[in-house]
Amino acid sequence: MTTTNEVPPITVVSVLVPPRSWRSDWRAIKVVWRRELIRFRRDRLRMVTSLMQPLLFLFVLGTGLSSLMGGTGAASDVNVRTFLFPGVLTLAVLFTAVFSAGSIVWDREFGFLREMLVAPVGRWAIVVGKCVGGATVATFQGLVLLALAGLVGVPYNPLMIVLVVAELMLIALMITAFGVMVAARIKTFQAFMAMTQVLMLPMFFLSGALFPLNNLPTWLTILTHINPLTYAVDLVRRTIFAFIDVGPAGASFVSGVTWGDWLVPMWLEAIIIAAMGLIMVWVAVIQFRKA
Amino acid sequence: MDSLPREIDTAATPAVKVDGLTKDFGDVQAVRGIDLTVYTGETFGFLGPNGAGKSTTISILCTLLDPTSGTARVADFDVLTQRDDVRRNIGLVFQETTLDVYLSAAQNLEFHAELYGVPRELVRPRMKQVLEMVGLWDRRDSLVQTFSGGMKRRLEIARGLMHSPRVLFLDEPTVGLDPQTRSSIWKYLYELRDSEDITIFVTTHYMDEADHCDRIAIMDAGQIVALDTPAALKAQVGKDRVEIRTDDDEAARLAIREKFGIESRVLDGVLTFSVADGERFVPQLFEMGMAIRAVSVARPSLDDVFMAHTGTSIRDADQAVARGSGPPPQLAGRR
Repeated sequence: MTTTNEVPPITVVSVLVPPRSWRSDWRAIKVVWRRELIRFRRDRLRMVTSLMQPLLFLFVLGTGLSSLMGGTGAASDVNVRTFLFPGVLTLAVLFTAVFSAGSIVWDREFGFLREMLVAPVGRWAIVVGKCVGGATVATFQGLVLLALAGLVGVPYNPLMIVLVVAELMLIALMITAFGVMVAARIKTFQAFMAMTQVLMLPMFFLSGALFPLNNLPTWLTILTHINPLTYAVDLVRRTIFAFIDVGPAGASFVSGVTWGDWLVPMWLEAIIIAAMGLIMVWVAVIQFRKA
Repeated sequence: MDSLPREIDTAATPAVKVDGLTKDFGDVQAVRGIDLTVYTGETFGFLGPNGAGKSTTISILCTLLDPTSGTARVADFDVLTQRDDVRRNIGLVFQETTLDVYLSAAQNLEFHAELYGVPRELVRPRMKQVLEMVGLWDRRDSLVQTFSGGMKRRLEIARGLMHSPRVLFLDEPTVGLDPQTRSSIWKYLYELRDSEDITIFVTTHYMDEADHCDRIAIMDAGQIVALDTPAALKAQVGKDRVEIRTDDDEAARLAIREKFGIESRVLDGVLTFSVADGERFVPQLFEMGMAIRAVSVARPSLDDVFMAHTGTSIRDADQAVARGSGPPPQLAGRR
């Protein structure tokens, strides 16, 4: 039995919705963004599980590889875990961002996407809100990992932290946009997960997150150079190692991506990431116009 | 329920105006040229078996599909050229749930209010009103995943009302709910109709629900085969079903045949026959001095109406779809 029989005095609150303007799109972006944050905050399990993988790479793989190298040559100047740290930060951002983007597929399966698509706002606003929301969550996850910097010999330099966080934001935006672009046309969550496995792992392995990119065979060099994630990992690594003294031999490991003999400057790497991000957001918007 | 048609201003600008609307999916014509006027303030029922073209029509009216030809205006805006204006002025309750079950009821409504640009200062009072209307104000902070099917449906109705739409579209709002919940949903819709200045456009394939509407349109195979008030449609079918209990059924049967030329049957001790305007007919039996112990006169049901217009009962029509003889293309691709 429901006990809703005491009839409240009904005062009709009538709403007059204003015509669509830039303000409606702005509010739409904000609310889609906020929903991502609310859902992430509710999902403690996801927060913990998405840290598992980076931690495994950092401490298990990192420690294992250290014993393999056994302190020979130049590698001894660069702690393997320190070397892996930028890649692992990127990995944390990568998986969180892709998973956030994947919630679009989830929303489609469970109908909520429809609620968004029938609203009197531009679809671009929904896509942008989703990308910014996913990027925020992913950056936060990167930040949690960044707190462990001291354990792998990375100093807590305020300037370095500010720079790295800014870079992670940019990277997170690019990856979320990539995920949303892929998710736009996919109908089931299983298919999306399969798709991301096929795309994400090769991108990660070819990004230089786990090994230095100099002295690779040509075919591998080409693959790594067309991978946008390469520039993301390299940017973060060069930023972090600018604050660590590794000596001349160690520096060769972290000297950065080169096109031929030309060292790609860090500002260009940032621009590459930002440009890729914008292009992917744009493609995602077009995909959603048709969806 | 009061079945009298309420005061409806047919001269005012109609809430929905459809002219010559068609929709093709490839070779299949899902909607085959329909004309329709729904008056402002009306509760309009859209009836038909699965695959009749109801959902396609409602999707066009809600700007989710473009028509192949013809025009449609909703709240006096064109669905093709004034899409955003149409969307601002309609509320939607879909057949399947479109709530975020990981958010609370209030958060779902807030999300909606933001998307529809409800002025900030009105969000809270409006939310209180619509949630009270559907009896969910006490549950506003509960996660939607804890809600029953009926509660979710009520929340969706509340959400559809957040931005004070002029037309509320409900696509099979009671499908999959138990009879008790179905009738409670209708109770809320009645309250809504009385407290807000709103037009309700509802599709259903439950015949008993069509009785709740001011007027209904029956759709079959992409066309509107009948459109009128439920009472008028039933009157077109004509005959009422009269059941009487007498002391001597056989004598009564013969008397009715002799005097009125009406054939009747005895079923389980009840004499049953069909006649136009049964309520006026029965007194004549008493005048004959027939020893009648009990009388019941049943109006034709909308099932009879549907049968009369389409030559099949709505359940058989649904089963034909389930067997695959003519599914609508937009459903055919879905699991």
